[in-house]
Amino acid sequence: MGLTMRKLAGGARVPHRKWTSEAAIVKMGVPARVIIPMVQHIGAPCEPIVKKGDTVLVGQILGDTGQYVSAPIHSSVSGTVANVGQMLYPGGGRVTSVEIATDGLQRPHESVRPQTYADKKDFLGLVRASGLVGLGGAGFPGHVKLNPPPGASIDCLIVNGAECEPYITSDYRFILENARSIVSGIKLLQSVLGIPKTYVGIEDNKPAAIKLMEEMTADDRNIEIVTLRSLYPQGAEKMLIYSCTGRRVPPGKLPADVGAVVMNVNSVSLIAEFMETGMPLVKKIVTVSGNAVKKPMNLEVVIGTPLRDVFAFCGGFTTTPEKILMGGPMMGIAQFSLDVPVIKNTNAALAFDVKDAKPAPETGCIRCGKCVDNCPMQLLPLFINSAAVKGDAERLKRFHVMDCIECGTCVYNCPAKRRIVQSARLGKDILRNLAAAEKKGGRANA
Amino acid sequence: MPDSGPAGTGMAFDEKYTVTASPHIASDITTGRVMRDVLIALIPAVLAGAWFFGARTLLVCAVTVAACVAAEFFSRKIMRRENTTGDLSAAVTGLLLALNLPPSIELWMAVVGGAAAIVIGKQIFGGIGQNFMNPALVGRVVMLTSWGASMTRWSPAVSGALFGAMPTGGGAVDAVSAATPLALAKALFTGGGLTEGLSQATLALPSYSALFLGGVAGCIGETSALAVLLGGLYLLCRRVITWHIPAAFLGSAALLTWAFGGRGTLFGGDPLYQILSGGLFLGAFFMATDYSTSPMTKKGKLIMGLGCGVLTAVIRLFTTSPEGVSYSILIMNVVVPLIDRYTIPTVFGGGKPHE
Repeated sequence: MGLTMRKLAGGARVPHRKWTSEAAIVKMGVPARVIIPMVQHIGAPCEPIVKKGDTVLVGQILGDTGQYVSAPIHSSVSGTVANVGQMLYPGGGRVTSVEIATDGLQRPHESVRPQTYADKKDFLGLVRASGLVGLGGAGFPGHVKLNPPPGASIDCLIVNGAECEPYITSDYRFILENARSIVSGIKLLQSVLGIPKTYVGIEDNKPAAIKLMEEMTADDRNIEIVTLRSLYPQGAEKMLIYSCTGRRVPPGKLPADVGAVVMNVNSVSLIAEFMETGMPLVKKIVTVSGNAVKKPMNLEVVIGTPLRDVFAFCGGFTTTPEKILMGGPMMGIAQFSLDVPVIKNTNAALAFDVKDAKPAPETGCIRCGKCVDNCPMQLLPLFINSAAVKGDAERLKRFHVMDCIECGTCVYNCPAKRRIVQSARLGKDILRNLAAAEKKGGRANA
Repeated sequence: MPDSGPAGTGMAFDEKYTVTASPHIASDITTGRVMRDVLIALIPAVLAGAWFFGARTLLVCAVTVAACVAAEFFSRKIMRRENTTGDLSAAVTGLLLALNLPPSIELWMAVVGGAAAIVIGKQIFGGIGQNFMNPALVGRVVMLTSWGASMTRWSPAVSGALFGAMPTGGGAVDAVSAATPLALAKALFTGGGLTEGLSQATLALPSYSALFLGGVAGCIGETSALAVLLGGLYLLCRRVITWHIPAAFLGSAALLTWAFGGRGTLFGGDPLYQILSGGLFLGAFFMATDYSTSPMTKKGKLIMGLGCGVLTAVIRLFTTSPEGVSYSILIMNVVVPLIDRYTIPTVFGGGKPHE
């Protein structure tokens, strides 16, 4: 299908370091204990519906909420609830979580059986029941994505297999080993939701995955495999939509507003699998890598497996690591403890030694403009940086801090090593607090 | 307390992992590397200056660089800020200033100029990235207004002067003086303006090849357009600068001097002579592209280059001054915040700012 000719406005040539490309996915097995947080998605947190001492089975609902923008959380193991309380989670801090002592038998819950649906509404209900959230990283509930707001209609499905973050190979291995399931998920979504066209975006550094997907979809003219340039952040939602379709999602809008829905390769496959077997989202493919890991691998782990067990399964560390990441090095979250569990949107667990972990000292901005040239959102990162540091809300607005996707391209190429993403987050916070205060003040005046 | 890690896995009990905001990797580009590239790019111009004006120019370069670095060091110290001489930006300012000085400049003046460049042009505003005028040009203008005679005393360029004797007169004043190509052109154009004592013979304009390869009177870095061009191409290849400012600067200056440079006739000027003469190449590739004092966006850079070119042509053609590169860049430096303000790019996907 040829290389996409649409050029991103910016981006960074980050190193690939995909050491685990050739490592087939290994099933890790069930750890002694799992910790399942009630927050694994964007939206309302789930309320636990089990209590200490309860026996739980694989696929059984542990927590849910009446809110629409949310997704139920299932037990990934069979065993006994050891504790329900505040525990560390990868997003930082502590949230209500369910700790389960596993029995190793992995007995499935009675709800795990083939699913049937009469119409689109039924189908979307089942997508919610599967616990699906965006598996590429953001964790946006799947049924919300697939149900466009009134006035919008989806005419193309974009399947994300770009995997532009360094180190991570979980999606690549997943495509190689589960292409059939991905294709059946695409066909299912196309037929049930009436989506005429699907694009599967894969970066050109994964030729084997592109070839396989092209072979699997050769007979279907409605599925197009798009070879993307390996340029970070090619896999960011807005960039991917643009690369595949030429459509630009306006600031503050959703993909549905330009008729697109983006799903990770894992997500489309999960939908197909759930309809077939009824097994909800209880396991994840995780790339374990980094220069402090003894044996970098691609693992299939049950959700809730603590990082400690994940790294131990890979032979532990070559040296005491300095930094532990959940996710890739460009957008992943640094962890201070190995007790955090793998959750729904975890795609990598990385460990680095001192050499790779120590941030270079921050020096004065020299206004070289590299951040401006490279910003895929066409923002002026250096001005966002200075406005945020000064707490200047008016300038933060003028420089569109809210549109920053926090991809880190600006920081990657900054000669002065400015902490631009960090300050953009601060800037967003300043504006959010201001908006909240204004809202409150307005109400008081009314 | 976390439970004990599995034995033999290198997992400590007292975990203290570094937590920082993403991204967690960075390219190896640093401010120091950028500045080092600029220094490398200036080597051909320094060598050309030495070849045509003698070894003393190397001394001028060394003295100015030393003055700038020392000024940077002490002003940071007085302000109780961290020492930033390691990023080499002061050295770049020093070398650029030296290349903008006449070969016969008194060394003590060069020292004062270097200190003025760093202190008045840069550190007063907070150091690297905070200054709004090109520090080297600030230094040059301070010197030009303070010691006009020394700053416009041009020695003739002699091929191979590097290996010849040092100029007589204690190295400060040349026995012979010469006119710069632009002063000659101006004299022919306006019928005056040259210092007395210059023989009619020297009024012959230098050839294009002399202007391009070198061998004309002028500042140390002005004699060879080729040497400056080599450095400029190096900066472009290393992506230290983009083509926008040099192209717009040279292009607009050439166009305007072509259009209005002829006596009475439209498009009767000599644009090639104009862009090869004086500090235009040095200004377009090295001075106007200074990060701190040029716009952020490509569009802004084009406007900056255009403004510099227009002003240079206007000064060269319609004022009593033969050369206008320094002033036009300084004037455009002051306009940069305005340019930045009106060239904010449209956010990906739309025009309207976020509510």
